[in-house]
Amino acid sequence: MQPDRVLAPFGRRMAPITAREQFGPYVVLRCEDPGGPRPQAGQFYMLQAARRWGGGDGERPFLPRAFSVLRAPPHTDDLHFLVEDVGPGTRRLCELQPRDALLLLGPLGVGFRRPAVGRRAILVGGGVGIAPLAIWQDELATILHDQPSASPLALLGFRDHDHARGSAILSDPLFATDDGSSGHHGFVTELLADQLALEGAVEVYACGPPGMLETVRALCEAHDVPAQLALESGMACGFGACFGCVVATRHGYVRLCVDGPVLDAAELEQVA
Amino acid sequence: MSGLDFCGLALAHRVINASGTFDAIAARRAFGDQVVERFPFAAYVTKTVTLEPRQGNPPPRLWEIAGGLINSIGLPNKGLREFTRSDLPQLAELPAPLIVNVMGSTREHVGELVAAFAAREDVAALELNVSCPNVATGLEFGSDPAELAGLLDHVRPLTDKPLIVKLTPNAGDVAAVARAAEAAGANALSLINTIRGMALAPGSSEPWLGGGTGGVSGPAVRAVALAQVHSVCSAVGVPIIGIGGVQRGSDALDLLHAGTELVAVGTFSG
Ligand SMILES: Cc1cc2nc3c(=O)[nH]c(=O)nc-3n(C[C@H](O)[C@H](O)[C@H](O)COP(=O)(O)OP(=O)(O)OC[C@H]3O[C@@H](n4cnc5c(N)ncnc54)[C@H](O)[C@@H]3O)c2cc1C
Ligand SMILES: Cc1cc2nc3c(=O)[nH]c(=O)nc-3n(C[C@H](O)[C@H](O)[C@H](O)COP(=O)(O)O)c2cc1C
Ligand code: FES
Repeated sequence: MQPDRVLAPFGRRMAPITAREQFGPYVVLRCEDPGGPRPQAGQFYMLQAARRWGGGDGERPFLPRAFSVLRAPPHTDDLHFLVEDVGPGTRRLCELQPRDALLLLGPLGVGFRRPAVGRRAILVGGGVGIAPLAIWQDELATILHDQPSASPLALLGFRDHDHARGSAILSDPLFATDDGSSGHHGFVTELLADQLALEGAVEVYACGPPGMLETVRALCEAHDVPAQLALESGMACGFGACFGCVVATRHGYVRLCVDGPVLDAAELEQVA
Repeated sequence: MSGLDFCGLALAHRVINASGTFDAIAARRAFGDQVVERFPFAAYVTKTVTLEPRQGNPPPRLWEIAGGLINSIGLPNKGLREFTRSDLPQLAELPAPLIVNVMGSTREHVGELVAAFAAREDVAALELNVSCPNVATGLEFGSDPAELAGLLDHVRPLTDKPLIVKLTPNAGDVAAVARAAEAAGANALSLINTIRGMALAPGSSEPWLGGGTGGVSGPAVRAVALAQVHSVCSAVGVPIIGIGGVQRGSDALDLLHAGTELVAVGTFSG
């Protein structure tokens, strides 16, 4: 049977960090992973710092944390991740510098599927949720290199001007800020609503906070447009072992780490 | 490799997985056939199987603590019929003896599960998860020696396969429960299961976990596990599987030194 995903090597491996860049509050970590395959857009890795992960100054982190792959440039061993400091695990990762190392497991989960023929991709990202859209934008550009008119549209939303520095990570995005300090004043879903009013033959790819994803889901349902949502939930293992990461779908709970993180919006009653 | 005999099962070494913390079928979806080719455990213990399918608890199901985890997974599983039809044949492909973990809320339910697996050649042994209230008495099967003896009196005659009783650490006197299990025909005991715990949602008086309370596991419970294992090892003669917070070789050695035959890895394998 043909697997529906790029498979991960069995076991954690060490990946030295080669570069660290900052875009406003977001940190991009680049590492070298010669022992792993090239991931698909939308797949994720379980990451931890190779040294001082728990047992140091604080009580947590203990478990590894899930991160979408931000970029995986072809013909290299490089993996890029985008990290926002929201708690003890992400804080520790944001401290890492070249010559430190990650322990990683992945690539995990199922990623984005190509748009149906004749549909243009619209990428909708909120905050750190822009991460899986960057690699998807790269991949779509390769797939569609002979059809420039089909090139995807990227719509991004950020809290404020400082966070909106993250918009530099994608090519040619339109963006919004909640406080109007740069770009469109309002939510990125308003940009999506405007676009859906103009253009029907599209397929939407979205990642961001639950409220944003729920609005995307409802808009796409109302316009009868297919959407693929990259969701988040608290994870412990990342490979289906613990049943900790479930989300409710129309046919019961599914484990986001093996059945997602990308789910068809049509599978969801709503994004909780 | 030097093999060993555990209740008649030929094992390659002393480390197995703890129930519910390694899903070999899902792992194969993520890692492919390497899971089978480089299978890390000397025996494979399934997640708890119940008679009827269970959805499990509503999310959130996980809360991280210092050196561990509180989970309220709620024992989701396909139920006996679907497990036997779809999972068992796949698990039988693993290069290690299969131990099926079962749980029921009456003696008769547990009996039905035991009888169903007794008839299966691909099942090497059964583990009884007794961290569940008997709906007839309201008492947890594993919390009371008489309650557990009654359960074993009912299920012991239903199979010749080794019966492993997985003790709950939430019992008042775990050594007394262990002696009752041995006297009623258990071939081996495993401990500890998770310890009841809870977390409040940050800044609120509401529980964080969808199940209200949950079970604590991981390095945080290692010392409790060692104490309980130590007391049970000196109370009974049947072999013991030590479980609780094993993360390194030295943690496993501690449990073996305390007198266990095997060690199971839970949270850290997941
Ligand atoms: C598939 C996937 C892809 C992801 N991709 C990215 C990415 O590319 N970039 C990125 O920055 N993030 C990403 N995330 C989110 C990231 O995994 C989390 O932000 C991270 O796990 C937070 O860990 P922390 O220790 O920093 O924060 P935590 O303190 O763990 O807080 C994070 C949230 O968890 C809850 N929480 C708080 N305390 C606890 C506790 N003790 N136990 C359990 N939950 C608690 C709260 O809701 C809190 O808001 C992704 C998540 C998933 C599932
Ligand atoms: C996510 C999770 C799920 C579990 N599910 C089960 C289960 O289905 N049946 C069972 O008997 N024990 C279950 N347990 C308990 C473990 O088998 C083990 O007894 C306990 O976690 C202590 O070991 P550890 O500290 O190595 O995790 C579960 C534990 C965890 C963390
Ligand atoms: S994170 Fe453990 S099953 Fe998904």
